[in-house]
Amino acid sequence: MSTHSHHHHDSESCRRYLGSLSDYADGALTDELCAEIEAHMEGCENCRVVVNTLTKTILLYRQSPAPDMPDAVKERLYKVLHLEKFYRSDPTDPQGSSST
Amino acid sequence: MVSSSDAELAARLQAGDQAAYAQFVDEHSGHVYRLALRMMGNEADAEDVLQETFLSAFKSIDRFEARSSLSTWLYRIASNAALMRLRRYEPDQVSVDEPVERDDGDLLPRQFFDFCCLPEEDLLRDEARAEMDRAVDELPATLRSVFILRDIEGLSTDETANTLNLSVSAVKSRLMRARLKLRERLSEYFAHEPAAVHVGDEE
Ligand SMILES: [Zn+2]
Repeated sequence: MSTHSHHHHDSESCRRYLGSLSDYADGALTDELCAEIEAHMEGCENCRVVVNTLTKTILLYRQSPAPDMPDAVKERLYKVLHLEKFYRSDPTDPQGSSST
Repeated sequence: MVSSSDAELAARLQAGDQAAYAQFVDEHSGHVYRLALRMMGNEADAEDVLQETFLSAFKSIDRFEARSSLSTWLYRIASNAALMRLRRYEPDQVSVDEPVERDDGDLLPRQFFDFCCLPEEDLLRDEARAEMDRAVDELPATLRSVFILRDIEGLSTDETANTLNLSVSAVKSRLMRARLKLRERLSEYFAHEPAAVHVGDEE
């Protein structure tokens, strides 16, 4: 197979590196493979975009706010576990201030 | 490994100390609920999984052997409860330990809209958040569970493998698939979302 290195999009390399991009985003690759991917990205706009957006996707999910457990759910849980007498609503939760 | 406070709490739980039970529920129920809600995608099922998790944890606390932390142990029970319930709903999709290594054809990126540099207000608006949640909900359960533990709950690869009873390589492979699918979906969404400014979108 002749390998004239063209600087345009080479989909076979893109395909080859695709499976490593997730580890790349985690910084979990060997230096060697890292360097190979970075060299490929120099000439490949598509892979650059995929890495950027993959990294951003992970970041957006990491930052997504944690849904709170409603007080009523917590109260029913304590009841199911026969721990009612220990139940107290979360003091930081403004909804929890109504009872007692 | 297990912290001394963890070991102490485990001992009190095993002795049947009610206050310890309450402390355990208080410390961990929020995390378990969040995991269940992400896994199940609706509040009713999440609540069932939450209750099943603690009922089953208390029933089997005698078998807790302090080789993992209490929270890892509880996460494992919760993940299993969620996966078991999902298997009832989507029997074809959910296999707990069989590796899903399919042809990578469907993972090939098709969207190359670089949404990285959109203003934060576009990326973080409620509609975008809702789309992100839907995207996770629509992942196959085997990929979803790995993605939630690793990328949303922030567990390490080893902890995720341990929790789901998978090999490290299966975790990495599933995580890679989940991330690529979500990237594709968000790219598509941000490329076509009307409010976003499309700089460099045209080929
Ligand atoms: Zn490429």
